[in-house]
Amino acid sequence: MVYLTRKAEFSASHYYHNPQFSAEENQRIFGKCNNPNGHGHNYTLEVTVKGEVNPRSGFVVDLKQLKDILNREVLDVFDHRFLNKEVPEFLSQIPTTENIAIAIWQRLAPKLQTAQLHRVRVYETPDLFVDFYGEA
Amino acid sequence: MKAYLTRRYLFSASHRLHSDEMSAEENAATYGKCNNPYGHGHNYTLEITVVGPVEESTGMVCNLVDFDGFVQREILERFGHQNLNTLPEFAKAVPTTENLCAVIYDILQRGFHFAHLEKVRFEETMMNSFEYAGG
Repeated sequence: MVYLTRKAEFSASHYYHNPQFSAEENQRIFGKCNNPNGHGHNYTLEVTVKGEVNPRSGFVVDLKQLKDILNREVLDVFDHRFLNKEVPEFLSQIPTTENIAIAIWQRLAPKLQTAQLHRVRVYETPDLFVDFYGEA
Repeated sequence: MKAYLTRRYLFSASHRLHSDEMSAEENAATYGKCNNPYGHGHNYTLEITVVGPVEESTGMVCNLVDFDGFVQREILERFGHQNLNTLPEFAKAVPTTENLCAVIYDILQRGFHFAHLEKVRFEETMMNSFEYAGG
């Protein structure tokens, strides 16, 4: 079994707000992240896939295919977007780094054929990242 | 859904690697330049990973205000800009980064209740890193 990691970057804005909380609660729980005009990050995404090395190609996965899937499923949808307003998952969910990692997993897992998705890591900043392994 | 959240922190501290149980020659042979009696310092990078279910109402494993508040109060303010050898945690233990990992892990294990602690990772320099997950 070999693990292969591909990095990508996207920039997007978001804010944290739960309509079921009062304005005061939202402010207390989410602090500055509650500003409804949003704020932005340069996100770094690391996608790790795993699989056996194909004896003919020497690949775990064709990187070009992986890159195309990443571009189509994630970057085209997330990059330079206001996540709360433009990405379907976040019309009903708060776009925290945790939920972004889960959403990316759910977008990618069904599209990968030769290799299996192992981990999605999303850096919101260099000092904060979330790992999701598809665990319930 | 279960996710792992990692936060990185920085602090600077000095230390000297020296064991009272060894002779001067043995200390010099074991710790080399790190045995210099005046000590030396590092910019430590501390990575703390916690794990838990992503709470539906907040979308979070752990609120970062709670995370940062605890680490600031219990770790950064106590260890930052200190000589590690003078701290009670290192009265008997040599302040290697291995032991520092275990000390920080214990502080979190005892007092941090906002999420389950998964592991502690230290970069002593860009070339050396250490991880401890208990056990």
